[in-house]
Amino acid sequence: MTDPCDGPDDPQGPHGPDGPDEHRDPHGPHDPDEHRDPHGPHDPDERRDPRGPRRPDEPRVPRGPGDPARAHAAVPRIPAPRRAADDHRDTDEADEAGEADGVVNACGTSGVPVADDGNDTATEGRASVPSVDIPDPERPPGAASSGPAEPGPLPHQLLKSLLGAWALTACSAEESAAVEAHLTECAPCADEALRLRDAVGLLHPRERELDLDPLLRSRVLENCLGRRPARIPVPGWAEPYDAETARLDALLRDIGPPEWHAPVRLRWFDGERPASRRTTVAGVIGHLTAVDGIVASALGLDDPLITLRPPDRASGATTAVPGPDAGFPPGAPAERTEAYWDGGRHPLTRAVHTPWREQSHALIRTVSFAGRGVADLSVSYGDFSLPLRDALLDRAFECWMHADDIAQAVSYPYGPPSGAHLHHMIDLAARLLPAALAHRRRAGLAGPAQHLVVPGAPGRSLHLEVEGAGGGDWYIALDSPAAFGAPDRAVAQVAVEGEEFCRLVAGHVPPEEAALGRRGDREAIHDVLHAAASLSRL
Amino acid sequence: MAKDTPPRRDRLMQQRLARGEAAALGELYDRFATLVHGTAHLVLGDDDAADQVTREVFGYIWENPDAYDPRREGSLRSWVARLTSRQAVHRLRQTEARAFAERGGGSPDEVERKVHGAAVAARADYIVSSMPAPLRAALELAYFQRRDYRQTAADLGVTEDEARRRLRLGLQLLSTAHTRPLDGLTPPPASGGPR
Repeated sequence: MTDPCDGPDDPQGPHGPDGPDEHRDPHGPHDPDEHRDPHGPHDPDERRDPRGPRRPDEPRVPRGPGDPARAHAAVPRIPAPRRAADDHRDTDEADEAGEADGVVNACGTSGVPVADDGNDTATEGRASVPSVDIPDPERPPGAASSGPAEPGPLPHQLLKSLLGAWALTACSAEESAAVEAHLTECAPCADEALRLRDAVGLLHPRERELDLDPLLRSRVLENCLGRRPARIPVPGWAEPYDAETARLDALLRDIGPPEWHAPVRLRWFDGERPASRRTTVAGVIGHLTAVDGIVASALGLDDPLITLRPPDRASGATTAVPGPDAGFPPGAPAERTEAYWDGGRHPLTRAVHTPWREQSHALIRTVSFAGRGVADLSVSYGDFSLPLRDALLDRAFECWMHADDIAQAVSYPYGPPSGAHLHHMIDLAARLLPAALAHRRRAGLAGPAQHLVVPGAPGRSLHLEVEGAGGGDWYIALDSPAAFGAPDRAVAQVAVEGEEFCRLVAGHVPPEEAALGRRGDREAIHDVLHAAASLSRL
Repeated sequence: MAKDTPPRRDRLMQQRLARGEAAALGELYDRFATLVHGTAHLVLGDDDAADQVTREVFGYIWENPDAYDPRREGSLRSWVARLTSRQAVHRLRQTEARAFAERGGGSPDEVERKVHGAAVAARADYIVSSMPAPLRAALELAYFQRRDYRQTAADLGVTEDEARRRLRLGLQLLSTAHTRPLDGLTPPPASGGPR
């Protein structure tokens, strides 16, 4: 016979003591996040403990520390019959079975177990098979028939199973008393009780993880790479994307499940006026995933839209959707986004987080391995294309802007990218402006070119002066993308803070309302600001 | 014992780090920065010191990717946690010893007691954060929300037997923070110092 406390319910339970290190199935049935409402119904005042509030750091100690452990030497290791404990058992079951009288009667004979203490040999057999219903001469005959599954008196196994709840003061007064009585008689349980009670002292409220300083990442990585240079570095032009996706990832890991459904209004400038689209935090991540997928496909990675394609649509249930070969997945950001939103399970949940993060990690890894030439790989967005280095910079910009949307939606502080990265983003917008101007001119949305310019020669320019971290001076060629801007040909000047300029480019602030200083040719300024806003899209 | 983290993922990460892949370093940071910084902060109670330990720990891993032996060390996560705890406790001991030397009061025993307590707390924190979610949820309800085990069972949609089992198992796991050999009571990694 083994120690009676070596029951089957040891720590090697279904969850194993060495439990899943990182495994938290977000959809699992016991996800605490889903079940726990922080503002929920568990009013601390409606506690069950009738003995008054417990101080969390001082669990109620039934006896002096070590007392039960020492006491066991003097008492028989084998528990006496637990009739008295049985009497303390939750009265619910007894009441249900109409045994209230029997319980009261039995309580009157609380001296009985003591009398039994000397009866070691007789009780040993009983204690070792706690699950067997022990015949009890004093028990009314009806008790046994109340449920054959009932394990008789509060058996050792049950008391042992209560130790955790007892240490946490999370069982009834009767159960506590029964456990405490048991501890004076069962050394293994007494030992465990002490250990568990000490463990309760180790519980402390997990502070909400203070937001890690987002700049810590680059400092840590820089320190590492200074100690041991990377053999396969992340290309410099991919660093803003690496940094911005990491920042957004940290934000996403910090928000609770309900916040994934917080409403977000995506804003952009459709060329003539501000436009917007309502979605959720999860929807924004879906949008980023769908558009990042353009770059992923260009690099030969899986297009996230392929796997998202809903089965009912693939079966041709609707006619509005083209067949598998008819332009699916679409190439333009807006269509891809709609396809992602339509194709996902509704509504989108935080389940979109992992695919987004895995794709961004895969992108960074792939460009690291791809070698120098890949920077110029052309990435098509449908009606325009960008070299990969710019495409990834554009994605970094979008990632920041949408992270900012999300941060606002969930009231989370979120700063701008590092100055160096911000500078690259502004530079990209400045480089795209002449072509955007020409495009608007062809569409009749901008004034006519005022000079014919020789390609490659300096032309009429707007001086864009961006202040703050990441700022600088740019000269935007006004009359042709083929010309280049030059200080001595500047006809107008715009002075603006870096972040404000980015908000303008993202379409978050209409050109008329952007906070900036203007000087010189008003039409040129008007056209450039509108062209800047029209760089935005869904 | 079954690990929920596929060991393959950890091995792959180690290989990528060993290969000198900067992207892997970034992913390593994204995976463990919260753990490392949180643990260091718990031990040291200071943001700058926690930043410093974070630097040291990642620097050490990046410089010594082969120090991690999946067969001996268990999951990468638990290894990183031990490394962090060791480094943070080491720093705490230095700080405390310096403070002790400067002000003279107290005793070396006090320093040791404080260091020991911090190490146990760090370990307990790691155990809680990495225990199976169902156990953590049960403890959370019973301890922080002060639900009894029957209410806990109802809240979690499990039987009362199961609720008792989870509470007991959760505390058993937690109690190993006291009994396991403590991290940080051994010397820190040789090259783990700040740059």
